[in-house]
Amino acid sequence: MAATRLSGGHVVTTEAQVWDWLAKVPDPEIPAISLVDLGVIRGVAFDGDTCVVTVTPTYSGCPATAVINLSIETALADHGVPVRLKQQIAPPWTTDWISPEGRDKLNAYGIAPPQPAGGPAACPRCGGTHLEKLSQFGSTPCKAQWRCRDCLEPFDYFKCI
Amino acid sequence: MNALHEFLLRTGDNCLILGHRVSEWCGHAPVLEEDIALANTALDLLGQTKLWLTYAAEVEGKGRSADDLAFLRDAWDFRNVLLTEVPNGDFGRTMMRQYLFDQYHLLMLQGLAQSSDETVRGIAAKAVKEVAYHVDRSRDTVVGLGDGTDESHRRMQEALDYLWPYVGEMFASDTVDAEMAEGGISPDPASLRDAWDAAVADTMAEATLALPDSRFHHKGGRDGRMHTEHLGHMLTQMQWLQRAYPGATW
Ligand SMILES: [Zn+2]
Repeated sequence: MAATRLSGGHVVTTEAQVWDWLAKVPDPEIPAISLVDLGVIRGVAFDGDTCVVTVTPTYSGCPATAVINLSIETALADHGVPVRLKQQIAPPWTTDWISPEGRDKLNAYGIAPPQPAGGPAACPRCGGTHLEKLSQFGSTPCKAQWRCRDCLEPFDYFKCI
Repeated sequence: MNALHEFLLRTGDNCLILGHRVSEWCGHAPVLEEDIALANTALDLLGQTKLWLTYAAEVEGKGRSADDLAFLRDAWDFRNVLLTEVPNGDFGRTMMRQYLFDQYHLLMLQGLAQSSDETVRGIAAKAVKEVAYHVDRSRDTVVGLGDGTDESHRRMQEALDYLWPYVGEMFASDTVDAEMAEGGISPDPASLRDAWDAAVADTMAEATLALPDSRFHHKGGRDGRMHTEHLGHMLTQMQWLQRAYPGATW
């Protein structure tokens, strides 16, 4: 883990450290994964003493966006680091930015991770592959509802965009 | 008149007014999955509204915000096409309207994703992914209900006949569109009609629905000259809070 360094008598936080902190901030709607896992943090850079965090929203209307911003501000404030958020919409967020760890955590949490084929690869509960779509939308803008015909359980699927 | 501002209002108002109409289904849809799908569609549209109207307000340069534009304008200042403001009707009509608009919206956003304007390009590249998803669903639903029971078929045909005279306005170009097309900011809407006709003809054939052959269309929404009487009623709901408690925040 990157340590703080001293510069001109001030304790200076490194960018790596900020990434580390943000990797512990849960997504407000899917707390099993962090904001870094979700791929919405696009950059961390210092402008003098202020940490500029670049954030790309998942869906245009996702109500979690405001909470995500607040969580970032809170996380940095907890470490006494002034923060400025920069919203960046281009290039648009894609599920390809979800980290491999994030995909594993989603699956373990019961949400099938996104697949380029457009549907889940396997039931996150029993691993079954006889699956059917119940609805193209789910409990949040980023999910769809599917059901496993092997164990008969419904489950969330993280839409691939 | 600033043509870019006008273009952004048209684009944003389509999303805002349709998004609000679709949100009226929240808690009322025939089954839970459809209720959730409609609410999510509305949410996507409202998110896109915020991006478009924020840019419209910035281009206008009068210190107004996206919220000011959404909640403090009167009916005659809205620039959405009439199709988006007509009442929902039954679930079938709502989904038919959604499909007719989604198919247009998708083609328009694909064009805007190549815009010469960087902000327009960025918003469109984001929105087009969401709208591609919307059209998948609205198309499937139109086909499912059109080629469904006798009653669902009859209702979908009635919905198509009722909405058809509102289709043409989406493609009715004027001087604003000419200026946008010339600057490479937006495709000329008229240029999208052939692709739209082809896609819609395919869908309606699969849905066993007959396409009306009339090209007559109502107009007056996208230039604000004459909205339907429905828009004002809708605004009394949508804008109620800011009208009753000006400046309220949370
Ligand atoms: Zn299963």
